[in-house]
Amino acid sequence: MKTLRVQYFAILREQRGQAEETLSTTAGDAAALYEELRAKHGFTLPVARLRAAVNGEFAAWPAPLKDGDEVVFIPPVAGG
Amino acid sequence: MSFRIAASPLDPAALKASLADAHAGACVTFEGWVRDHNDGRPVQALDYEAYGALAEKEGARIVAETLAKFPVTRVVCVHRTGSLKIGDLAVWIGVASAHRGAAFDACRYLIDEVKARVPIWKKEHYADGATEWINCATRGEFSDR
Repeated sequence: MKTLRVQYFAILREQRGQAEETLSTTAGDAAALYEELRAKHGFTLPVARLRAAVNGEFAAWPAPLKDGDEVVFIPPVAGG
Repeated sequence: MSFRIAASPLDPAALKASLADAHAGACVTFEGWVRDHNDGRPVQALDYEAYGALAEKEGARIVAETLAKFPVTRVVCVHRTGSLKIGDLAVWIGVASAHRGAAFDACRYLIDEVKARVPIWKKEHYADGATEWINCATRGEFSDR
């Protein structure tokens, strides 16, 4: 088990009902963690439409995780 | 040379003044405004949300790329977060360069890359009370849109 901090933005924040949480998981990477959270919270976006960030920087899928990492799932962006 | 996220209204005159440079013979600015419609639906307001730390990091990379690709002297880009009304200024970009061609090209490059890459999200509020996070619609489990 590892302990991770997850931050949520935009549509994921609304679907989760909170902006961040600390959780324990056996997921080895961010892709597996997202599937775990999607099943639990009903996120509508498939992982293929997201990017991952680990510890404040973009991380290529599947984005391996270690204990203490900070994870953000990035929905399709829409600035401008 | 800067990119930043701003939670309060932008001041175009002050931003433009920050581009001043004796070597510059051209200044191109772009303003992104909140408009009252999108995809045929009347829009009443927008919320912008950003992952601030990574947005400013990615924005700084885009500015650095712009400086490497185009012979420009100064570049400034600021993007709003928070609740905006119709007509509000959502993004301001300014580029100064010795000659106009590079300033136009660099300005276009900046806005296109910012829209495609920086972790900023837009929620539209429609006249009928509905809301939508732009680019985040899903039709079903097996759709990729």
